[in-house]
Amino acid sequence: MALLEVKDLSVSFATDDGVVRAVREMSFELDRGKTLGIVGESGSGKSVCTQTITGLTRGAEVHGEAWFDGIELIGAPSRVLRTIRGVRIGMIFQDPLSSLHPAYKVGWQITELIHAHDTLISRRRARARAAELLGLVGIPRAADRLDDYPHQFSGGMRQRVMIAMAMALNPDLLIADEPTTALDVTVQAQVLTVMRRLQEEFGTAIVLITHDLGVVAEMADDVVVMYAGKIMEKASRRDIFYRYHNPYTEGLFKSLPGQLPTRARLQSIAGSPPSLINLPTGCPFRPRCPYAFDRCVEDPPLVQVYSGLQHSACWLPRDLQERERARVTRLAEEEPA
Amino acid sequence: MTSAAASDPPLLEAREVHKHFPVGQRTLLGRYTEVLRAVDGVSLEVRPGETLGLVGETGCGKSTLARCLTRLYDITAGEVWFEGRDISRLGRREMRPLRREMQMIFQDPYGSLNPRRRVGSVIGDAFAIHNIDDGEGRKRRVKELMERVGLNPEHYNRFPAEFSGGQRQRIGVARALALRPRMIMCDEPVSALDVSIQAQVLNLLVDLQRDFDLTYVFITHDLSVVRHVSDRIAVMYLGKIVETAPTQQIFSTPRHPYTRALLSALPPADPDSADSRERIVLAGDMPSPVDPPSGCRFHTRCPKARPDCVADVPPLEPVLDDRLEHLTACFHPLRPGEDLTASRPQIEETVLDEVPEERP
Repeated sequence: MALLEVKDLSVSFATDDGVVRAVREMSFELDRGKTLGIVGESGSGKSVCTQTITGLTRGAEVHGEAWFDGIELIGAPSRVLRTIRGVRIGMIFQDPLSSLHPAYKVGWQITELIHAHDTLISRRRARARAAELLGLVGIPRAADRLDDYPHQFSGGMRQRVMIAMAMALNPDLLIADEPTTALDVTVQAQVLTVMRRLQEEFGTAIVLITHDLGVVAEMADDVVVMYAGKIMEKASRRDIFYRYHNPYTEGLFKSLPGQLPTRARLQSIAGSPPSLINLPTGCPFRPRCPYAFDRCVEDPPLVQVYSGLQHSACWLPRDLQERERARVTRLAEEEPA
Repeated sequence: MTSAAASDPPLLEAREVHKHFPVGQRTLLGRYTEVLRAVDGVSLEVRPGETLGLVGETGCGKSTLARCLTRLYDITAGEVWFEGRDISRLGRREMRPLRREMQMIFQDPYGSLNPRRRVGSVIGDAFAIHNIDDGEGRKRRVKELMERVGLNPEHYNRFPAEFSGGQRQRIGVARALALRPRMIMCDEPVSALDVSIQAQVLNLLVDLQRDFDLTYVFITHDLSVVRHVSDRIAVMYLGKIVETAPTQQIFSTPRHPYTRALLSALPPADPDSADSRERIVLAGDMPSPVDPPSGCRFHTRCPKARPDCVADVPPLEPVLDDRLEHLTACFHPLRPGEDLTASRPQIEETVLDEVPEERP
C-alpha cells in the first residue's frame, strides 16, 4: 500500500473577486522511501495541494480524499491531525527565517518540539537529541550552536536547522516546499546532499515541490507536472524527461536556457497562465498550446494512461510524429488569416 | 549578434575598482569601526556589442560592481572608463549625458516601478528628464517602445499592478531602452520569473541587442541563463574576479576550483547527467566581506588549498597554456580532467567534509 494516496483532490477558495479554483481533481501516490517531485510555475497549485493534505488551508472548500498510511486526512479532526502533522509528516518551506522564531535560541526551539510530542523525555536528553539532529544535517560544532539565535545562522544553515526540526520525530513523510529556492547553487547542493543522505538512512518518503527541473532530475523518482491547478502529466523521472507527452511539459523543457547555442531562440510558451477565477473552457493550457485543436476547447482532456505509470491530460495522439503533423496542419490553416 | 573582435577598444573598462562600505559601530569621532569590502580590486573590460556575464553567489559583490560601473555608487578607489574616458570622478552634471548611454534593468519588477504611476508616464520619464519631445510626440515614442518590447500600447494608462511579472519586466526593459543607450546593465533581469516567462524575456533581450546594437553586462547567479546570453563570463567570489574567459571555455575548461565547484553544483535538467555527474559539495559558507580571508579568498573552502594560497593573493592572469582571453586568479589551477573531488586541502584551518560519515 502506498504511504500517501491522494484521490481526486479539489481545493477552492472563495474570494471577493470570485472562487479561486486552486487545485482540481488531483490524484497521485507515493511509496515509502521514494521521492515525488511536484513541478509547476507560480500559481499552479503545487503548494496548495500539500498544505491541504496537512490541514493548513483553513476556509478552503475541499473535495476528495488523501490517505496517509491508512488514515484519511481530509476532514480529519484537528486532534488527529496534530498527531500526524509535524510528527509523522515533517515539513520544510522555502524561507527558513520565517519558519523559525527569531527571539528564541535554535536549541530551545528544537528541544521544545521534541518535548511537545514526548512529555516523558528529560530536558537534558531532548537537548542532546537536538544537538545530534543538528550534527546529522551537517552543522559544524552542533552542540555549541544550540545557544545561537536563527539570525546567527546563514541561509543554508537555517534551512538545515529546518530539516533537523522536520526530521526530529522520525517522520515517514517529509514535505519539502521549494526547500532550496532561496539558496545559492553551492548551498543548494549541500542541502540536497543532506536530504538524500537522510532519506537513505531513515527511509523517509519525500514530496518535493519545486519549479526547478534540475532539482527534480536529481532528486525525484516520480514527477507530477502541474498547470493551473491540474495535473498535466505524471510519470517516472526518466519518462518525464525523455518521453514526455504533454505539450506543457514540452514547453517547460524547451524554455530552459543553457542547452542551445548562445543566443539561439528559446521556444518560450507564448502568453501567460490563466486566472484561476476565470479558467478557460476545456484544457487549461489550450490558449497557450501550439497543438490545440477544436476538441481542446470543448472538452477538458481525459487523463490518458500510457505505458507504465505515465499519465497525460491531453487529447493529442501519443505518436510524436503524428502530433507534429497536427501542429503543422494547424499552422497552415492559420496562415491565410 | 555582433561578436566584437578582441582588438576593439573596450566600451567600458574597470581598473582596480574598489567599493568599501563603512559598517559596524561608530567611534566617538563618528567614524565607523569596520569596512565591508564589497568590491575589492576588480578590473575588467566590456567590448562594444558583446554580452559580458557576471556570475557569482549572494554577497559576492556583483550587483555592487554593476552600480559602481554605472556610477550609481561613487567608487572608493580605482577608475571606470567609458567610451575612452575616465568617468569615475565626474560630477552629477557631467554624468547626465552619459546616463543616456548606460541604463539598468533590475531584478524585481515589482520593487523598481512606482505603483502609483501609470506605466506610460514611467516609461516617458526618460524623455522628460532629457527634454526630448513633449506631449503627443512623447506619448507616441512611449507607445512605440511598448510595442517594441511586446506590451500592448493601449495599456499606456494602466498601473504596474495591472501587469503580470513578465510584463512588468518588459516595462523595465522599455524604460531602459527609451534613450537608445549603448549599454544596458542587466541585474538578475529574469531571476524572479517563471521559466516559460523567463524564456520570453530572454528572447526579447537577445532581439533588442541585435536590433539596437546593444552591449550588455548581464549579472546573474543562474549559470544556465548566463551561458545562454553571454559571449564572455567573469566569475566573482567575495569582491574579486576569480576567473574570466569566453563562455565556451568557462564551461569546458574551468581553471579555478571555485568556478568548477559552481558549475558542478548546478543540477542539470537531465536525469542521465544528474546520475553520473561529478559533485563537488563545497564546505561552509562564503566568509564575511568585512573580514575576508588572507591570500586567496577562496582558500577556506578550496579542496586544493596550499600554504601559498593563505600567504599570497593570486594575480588574475593566464595560467597553464591559456591564451590572453582566459584569466584565472589561482596558484594551483585545474588541469583538464583533474578530479577535484579527490583533492584535499593541505592547510590546517579547512574542514572540508562537514557531513559526518558515521551516523548514529
